[in-house]
Amino acid sequence: MVQPTPQNIEALASAALGELSALDSPEALEQWRIAYLGRRGSLTTVLRGLSGLEIDERRSIGALANRVKESLESGLEERSREISEAALLRAAREDRLDVTLPGRPPAEGRLHPTTQIVREICSAFTGMGFSVVEGPEVEWDHYNFEMLNIPKGHPARDMWNTLWVDYTNEAGEQSMLLRTHTSPMQARVMERQDPPVRVIVPGKCYRYEATDATHEWHFYQIEGLAVDEGITFANLKGTLYEFARRLFGEERKIRFRCDYFPFVEPGVDMSIDCFACDAADRQPGDEGEGGCRICRDSGWIEIMGAGMVHPRVLAGVGYDPDRYTGFAFGLGPERIAMLKYGIDDIRHFYANDLRFLRQF
Amino acid sequence: MKVPLSWLRQYVDVNIPASDLAHRLTMAGVEVGEVLETGGWSEVYVGSVTAVRPHPNADRLRLCTVTTGRDEAEVVCGAPNVAEGQKICFARVGAHLYNAHSARHETLAAARIRGVESQGMICSELELGLGEDHTGIIVLPDDAPLGEPLSDYLGDTVLDLELTPNRLDCLSMLGVAHEVAALTGGKVTEPEVSYEESGPPASERVSISIADPDLCRRYTATVIDGVRIGPSPQWLQDRLTRAGLRPISNVVDVTNFVMLEYNQPLHAFDLGTVKDATVIVRRARPGEKLTTLDGVERDLTTENLVIADSQDAIGLGGVIGGANSEIGPETRTVLLESANFAPGNNRETATSLGLRTEATLRFEKGLRPELAPLGLRRATALIQQVAGGTVAPGIVDVYPEPAASPTVTLTMRRLRQSLGMDMDMGQAQAALESLGFRCRAGETFLEAEIPWWRNDVNIEDDLVEEVIRIVGYDEVPTVMLSTPIPFHSPSPAIAMRDEVKDLLAAGGMQEVINYSLASLELLERASAAGGDSPPMRIANPMSSTHEYLRPTLHTGLLATLASNRSYSDGPIRLFEAGRVFLPRAGDLPEEAEVVAAVMQGSRGEESWMDSSGDDGMDFFDAKGMVEWLLDRVGIPSPTWEPAEHAVYQQGRCAVVKAGGAVLGHVGEVHPSIREKFDLDSGMVAGFELSLSALLGAMPESERRFVSLPRFPSATRDLALVVPVDVPAGRVTELILRHRMVQSAELFDIYSGENVAPGTRSLAFHVQFQADDRTLTNEEVSRSLDGLLRTLDREVGATLRNQ
Repeated sequence: MVQPTPQNIEALASAALGELSALDSPEALEQWRIAYLGRRGSLTTVLRGLSGLEIDERRSIGALANRVKESLESGLEERSREISEAALLRAAREDRLDVTLPGRPPAEGRLHPTTQIVREICSAFTGMGFSVVEGPEVEWDHYNFEMLNIPKGHPARDMWNTLWVDYTNEAGEQSMLLRTHTSPMQARVMERQDPPVRVIVPGKCYRYEATDATHEWHFYQIEGLAVDEGITFANLKGTLYEFARRLFGEERKIRFRCDYFPFVEPGVDMSIDCFACDAADRQPGDEGEGGCRICRDSGWIEIMGAGMVHPRVLAGVGYDPDRYTGFAFGLGPERIAMLKYGIDDIRHFYANDLRFLRQF
Repeated sequence: MKVPLSWLRQYVDVNIPASDLAHRLTMAGVEVGEVLETGGWSEVYVGSVTAVRPHPNADRLRLCTVTTGRDEAEVVCGAPNVAEGQKICFARVGAHLYNAHSARHETLAAARIRGVESQGMICSELELGLGEDHTGIIVLPDDAPLGEPLSDYLGDTVLDLELTPNRLDCLSMLGVAHEVAALTGGKVTEPEVSYEESGPPASERVSISIADPDLCRRYTATVIDGVRIGPSPQWLQDRLTRAGLRPISNVVDVTNFVMLEYNQPLHAFDLGTVKDATVIVRRARPGEKLTTLDGVERDLTTENLVIADSQDAIGLGGVIGGANSEIGPETRTVLLESANFAPGNNRETATSLGLRTEATLRFEKGLRPELAPLGLRRATALIQQVAGGTVAPGIVDVYPEPAASPTVTLTMRRLRQSLGMDMDMGQAQAALESLGFRCRAGETFLEAEIPWWRNDVNIEDDLVEEVIRIVGYDEVPTVMLSTPIPFHSPSPAIAMRDEVKDLLAAGGMQEVINYSLASLELLERASAAGGDSPPMRIANPMSSTHEYLRPTLHTGLLATLASNRSYSDGPIRLFEAGRVFLPRAGDLPEEAEVVAAVMQGSRGEESWMDSSGDDGMDFFDAKGMVEWLLDRVGIPSPTWEPAEHAVYQQGRCAVVKAGGAVLGHVGEVHPSIREKFDLDSGMVAGFELSLSALLGAMPESERRFVSLPRFPSATRDLALVVPVDVPAGRVTELILRHRMVQSAELFDIYSGENVAPGTRSLAFHVQFQADDRTLTNEEVSRSLDGLLRTLDREVGATLRNQ
């Protein structure tokens, strides 16, 4: 048994601290702690031996022993911190992530491009006070044609090749069809409300039509209608100009040419100036670069039909055509999307190939 | 409608480039689809064949000497129709021609053909791009100017018009000429019409009556004796050819020419075949037949209008002539008809007999009766000019109810009301007069007489359009709407659909939009074809692929899933929000708004990471999506029950309800249906929800805030043993019913060792909570005891390990 002399205690302390500096694992530290500071550790044993000393000796050596104990404990603590820091450094060195690996992908979901463009178009008009309404896709001849100033046997019916439902009415006529445009809602809306009217009608339409890159038998249309006292062709221009700017940019110009739809008079077709080339600004004789695939070098892109609501349509729903005027327009959202995104074939839309849909 | 400028120039000056004219016409509503140029040949001239000799080394080839008046060339020619003295199209070496052998345009070089040098070529239609004929050379008229560049002689520019159905007038050269005059400041010169008449008057030569004046408004005719039927002169043939019509014989060609010139369809009968020289315009008799010019025997109905002699039908009025009265080589006396038929009936006859002729294209749109005698006189004069003969004096004109020349009044008030701009009345008048309207000006209005070539101007607004399309739409100001915005209550159905679509996309599902029409076979694959209400059929489907209105979204979704599977192995989650069509007797179908989805493949996206344990999406993935969706749109406490469904497998399908109303179904697609769609790569889970049911299940009031708990809750784990036939949902419901229970979360299901057969263990985290205090241990224990008693009584549940 080591005598609790100051020399012995000092020697013990220097031996312990010497050993401590060489230790490099938490396990070795624990063994060291047990060896010196544990219940049966050397220092503990020495301290226990203090009880056999004289009171004066006990006090002075006891103070020394306590200092030594504190220094061993703080040494242990410090060494322990050093070891764990070293371990962290080592771990960081050894367990490094390859941060260039791809992340864990979340499930991918998108809205159909038609949904996106229809919303964009509708919001351009709702911002101008139009409300969105919808109507039936299976319609009566009455609303699809007759109320729109296209009576039975009218040659203009050739403009809408119709898919008829296998149904005959009491008079033995085919009277139910897949709507060929969303225009039937003009009459339906006006029948159930008095002026003022300001609506847009998005929805699916159908035509008996061979498909190619620019024609699809199943497509969407957005119809617009504004009727009140004092609505003019100038307002039609203002509204559609604002629409063109919202969809295609602030610098857009619009141009109208005469066109024919039996339910408007005058009837027009609206074009915007080509956003992909400068052909619209060219002077006659200036060839430019040419080869524009969007406008085929005409400088202008037709995007919708429009016109002032035909007085017979107004009279048909009980509006006084002398008092009320209005405008109507209709456009194809797929065509707008094709222009905006450079889609070259309308058949992509409803083929639902994910490689197409996931681009939008 | 093809409008050769060479023809158009007969009536109006065209003093601007063709492309410019095309643009102006298009902007004014007469769309020019294409400007077709013929000609532009260089080094091709009008030549003359001065000698033809046999080729020394080839039987089928000849050596021709060709002159252009300035120089001569020796040319090898293989055409059987080449002959001395002909005027021909001569291509000199260096000309750029179409080569039928290489199918390319090539520059012509001097060549040795079977040992003889050929210094050019005598051209066929094909080489010049004038037609498809390559069997012989083009033989030009004898008066063709020798040595003139062929482009100057044969070249032309043709405007191909794409007309809207209202612009009947532009189906004629004169109609287009009036349009051009208005757009270029030109003036229209109508043809001079005069001819000599002799002999007894026409009215004594033929007896004409209209029995059905509702279908024939006017019938005019002339009689021409002593005609010689033969080919038309070259100028007439050229006119027709360039406008896209085939020359037949002089008299018939004149009727076609005048139709293209004036718009009036005409018909020439061989008067010698018309019995009793009597023409009766009447409805066909029941069972009456007529063999038409195309050789087809037609069964007529009493709604078909015929031209008849004293006994039989000899023509289908305004549609096509009869074979029995056709002009032939032996015809000597022509009865020339220029009539006006009712548009509706004419169109019906044409449609029902499948006979859309040049005549019906015009009559169906409503020609003006004033036109009939104009066309008649012009054609009579031309027949005399090209086929000889003498014209019986006068015309027969049966016109039971002569119409006054229509006038329409345009007020300046309406012009302003419609266009939103002030316009000088003089400007409006000038625009109308440039188009051929004769105007009488009042103080604030114009009374416009509608010219005979226009049938599409009937109301004041039509005149507004006439004015503004000439003045130009650019003149109208651009003004934002300033009338009050109508009150608008947004459609909850649209808002619900938008929200559902947004949520599903955010939840990782791709939206698709499928065709609304499907084939019967496709519907049958998903067991959607039969049942109590078979799907609605299209009467005139384009193909059987798109024949039936879909009664479900599942067929489209499964087919789309399958088509995408052909190139993708990864997880696919698709949804569609659209309408399905449910028949209703005697009414439009119910168009039910449905959202449906299918999902197949691993839960995680394809990745380099370890995905073992991901056994693919199943019922609970679909259900989880629906639960999340219902929670997010705010439908309180939906309930789930086992159910049956046409598409989903029995025992793996649930109906979800709220407040007793069915919201939809969730399930795993029946393996046999999957197989029919070639979806053999694993389970497909899906759901189908009614959007209107979702809307109906929404609580009346707006969402209300619920206070956050102020006192801590106490959680106890509860492992229950329950008979296997007790649904977990029922146990959860019973736990939640306890007034102290805040939530119950199922965290483990176990059956097997230590759990009696016929039972299973369900383990819940149960959270107890009071609003007004912290619950004591004793209170929680008491609640737990009460809960266990209830569970035991209701479903025979006991605490595990007791």
